[in-house]
Amino acid sequence: MIKTMTIALAIAAIAAPAVAAPVRIETPWLRETPPAARTGAGYALIRNAGTSEDRLLDARSAVAERVEVHSMTMDGGIMRMRPVTGGLAIPAGGAVALRSGGYHLMLTDLKRPLRRGDVVEIRLRFARAGELPVRFRVEPIDFRPEGGRHGQ
Amino acid sequence: MASEPRGPLFPLRVLLWAAVAAVLLGYAGLTLWPRLRPPADPHAGYAAAFGGPFSLTDQSGRTMTEASLRGRPFAIFFGFTRCAEVCPTTLQTMARLKRALGPAGERLDLVFVSLDHGRDRPADIGHYLTLFDTPIIGLTGSAAEIDRIVRAYHVYYKKVPVDGGDYVIDHTATVFLMDAEGRFFGTLAHDEGDAPRLAKLRRLVGAA
Repeated sequence: MIKTMTIALAIAAIAAPAVAAPVRIETPWLRETPPAARTGAGYALIRNAGTSEDRLLDARSAVAERVEVHSMTMDGGIMRMRPVTGGLAIPAGGAVALRSGGYHLMLTDLKRPLRRGDVVEIRLRFARAGELPVRFRVEPIDFRPEGGRHGQ
Repeated sequence: MASEPRGPLFPLRVLLWAAVAAVLLGYAGLTLWPRLRPPADPHAGYAAAFGGPFSLTDQSGRTMTEASLRGRPFAIFFGFTRCAEVCPTTLQTMARLKRALGPAGERLDLVFVSLDHGRDRPADIGHYLTLFDTPIIGLTGSAAEIDRIVRAYHVYYKKVPVDGGDYVIDHTATVFLMDAEGRFFGTLAHDEGDAPRLAKLRRLVGAA
């Protein structure tokens, strides 16, 4: 009986962080930049397994002066990029993709270029989940996380 | 064969009917003539509407004009080097499509024009374009010169201030295809698939 309770407690202890932080970050990557680049872009799939909506408020990294959540929209052939104000909502039980051509992390005033193969830590701050350190891998320009690089 | 006597107004009646016939024939001719003519080049109207003279500086500091691009077809795209999204992806796509054309792709020039005349110097554009493993001509110039080429290509761009005194630039993300004489040939849309894009580029370089 005591043995069973100990095992149960151990399982609970291991499972606890997952319960406390239902937000998961998948396939985080940064696009490689040219030398002397001032800006960079980061992408990931953000899943919220929790029962309440969360919001990605902002982010920070040692590699850039500022990391912001931006949206990109195309309207009649015109591209517009804007900082997302008030945080990006991640619905309960849902997911939001930061991906090329849509929402992305905008790294401004890079302190060094992002080189292919580098791993860069970016701390994402959520309204409920708090601050999550995420390791972003620097990938080639035409990288596509879902299916490798796109069609040759 | 009995006929009605011709009244004194007969010559006038003939004259009036002749006038009516002439008007009808003339009207039919005017209406039908444009349709009967061989169809004009459907691009002729656009060809004059896009493109035109410019004088800008390339990444190595050389002056480039529309005459510098004469003799080879080119694909031209407008952006800025701090654009971390649509600009690198579009330029990479153009580099990839140029390579996909095979030897015929050697006849195609890729041109990038920076709209950020306040910040992008030729050297910045040079650095930026080293990211793409295909040569791209990078152009910049004074505000007045950028405005001239922007008007020539009917490109929209607008500086939009963001927090921290910075700004982003909204801009047209269409790629314009120009023939070897500098005449408008077509466009590649941002969301267009590779197959139609390649088909247009093949026609542009004469490999269709």
